[in-house]
Amino acid sequence: MFDNYSWESERMSDSPFVTVEGLHYSRGETSIFRGVDMVIPRGKITAIMGPSGTGKTTLLKLIGGQLTPDAGRVCIAGEDVHALSRKALFKLRRRMGMLFQSGALFSDLDVYENVAFPLRVHTDLPESMIRDLVLLKLQAVGLRGARKLTPAELSGGMARRVALARAIALDPELILYDEPFVGQDPISMGVLVQLIRRLNDALGLTAVVVSHDIKETLSIADYVYVISDGQVMARGAPSELDVDRDPRVRQFIHGEADGPVPFHYPARDFYADLLGEGELR
Amino acid sequence: MIERIARLGRWGCDTLESLGDAGIFLAQSMFGKPSAEGMRLWLRQMHFVGVMSLAIVLVSGLFIGMVLALQGYTILVDFGAEDALGQMVALSLLRELAPVVAALLFAGRAGSALTAEIGLMKATEQLTSMEMIGVDPLRRVVAPRLWAGFVALPLLTIGFGVVGVWGGQLVGVQWLGVFEGSYWGNMQASVDFVADVGNGLLKSLVFALVVTWIAVYQGYALVPTSEGISRATTRTVVYASLAVLGLDFILTAVMFGGLS
Repeated sequence: MFDNYSWESERMSDSPFVTVEGLHYSRGETSIFRGVDMVIPRGKITAIMGPSGTGKTTLLKLIGGQLTPDAGRVCIAGEDVHALSRKALFKLRRRMGMLFQSGALFSDLDVYENVAFPLRVHTDLPESMIRDLVLLKLQAVGLRGARKLTPAELSGGMARRVALARAIALDPELILYDEPFVGQDPISMGVLVQLIRRLNDALGLTAVVVSHDIKETLSIADYVYVISDGQVMARGAPSELDVDRDPRVRQFIHGEADGPVPFHYPARDFYADLLGEGELR
Repeated sequence: MIERIARLGRWGCDTLESLGDAGIFLAQSMFGKPSAEGMRLWLRQMHFVGVMSLAIVLVSGLFIGMVLALQGYTILVDFGAEDALGQMVALSLLRELAPVVAALLFAGRAGSALTAEIGLMKATEQLTSMEMIGVDPLRRVVAPRLWAGFVALPLLTIGFGVVGVWGGQLVGVQWLGVFEGSYWGNMQASVDFVADVGNGLLKSLVFALVVTWIAVYQGYALVPTSEGISRATTRTVVYASLAVLGLDFILTAVMFGGLS
């Protein structure tokens, strides 16, 4: 892993790090994925986009092995995630980091201990080394000065940066970002966009960004999948998607309110509804 | 009609399934390799679950002992048998009241807190993120709490019993004037260590397991919304209390009812 040469050559080779094949998943009666195929190349930032409610977060949970698909396979670094024993799965997860939408910091630990947590449970490093690593990671997200604060004292943007520092504490090979830009003010949004790109360039890790913030995501992604209705609707480099002719892709990428995906939730005719009788609500 | 039968069947299957889930959950979290870190987490939980429940359990024990002495005296004195007060207070406390009341208080004080805490961790994705870091929340979050409850409640029950007997002495001897020698002497002569103290402790071990199990499972399996947390907390107290009272009847029948 620390061998620079092979790491560099692996990175260049564009070999897939994560592959998703024929993924089917349904929750109760609702079918969420109907045959999703994806290849996530090593060392690149791959964005998975789509309207809200298309199951983007569910897809990340399927990749992370927290949910089991009805059919299909997810392979990470050649290992079938859902065929692993609980122990092997936890071992595989040490090579992944995940940034949760809420940050999901441990509320009983301060910022420093949150970032130190993965190091403490997975390594036998001496305390001085842990301290150095934690400070390095916190420095990378610009929050070295906030190490004594508790999660409750952090703003949303800061919490997400701390969570990012925790996610990269063990230098993972794969990092999954769940809606990293949601609910951020323009400044922390810019900071996060830069951080994600810089982390990828500097550490060469493979990143999957799930988001519906089109501008920010397209600005950092190397490759984009657009999912809708349980299937991959479009795929390609950001520049290719920009000129995609499919009306559904156009509507999503250019943020048009109405199109193939209707603005209105299905309802009966507006006129009839307003003049409707016998129905008070 | 068919619909109703189907619903009943589904309900039965669901109940069985969640019982099975809870059983697997218990087995997976209770048994594992002990570690120094685990000990540290367990001690921390012993503080939250045990030490923090000490005040309510001891104060209740004191009052229950005092009330027992008062009630017992007014009846016993009619028969001139007030010398048997010590025996009556001790036996009711050790066999029944200490294990049962301590368990009920524990369910309300510590059980509900455990459910709410684990539930909130689930709602804020802390459990999921722990899993993604590669740490099993069953071992890290649930196991220390389960073991803490299992050890703490029997200790609290002993405290409850001791303070209760002392409260009975305060009222019976100091206030109502029962002869001190007969209060303690009759108690010593009639209380059997194995049959009374031992069985009481055995009861409390069973209650400890059941109450803590219900509390952590309800927290772990709840629907992670504010409504889900409030429902699960209520369920913990209701189920745990009913389980304690029901099991108490069964255990009493086996231990003291001549069924064994």
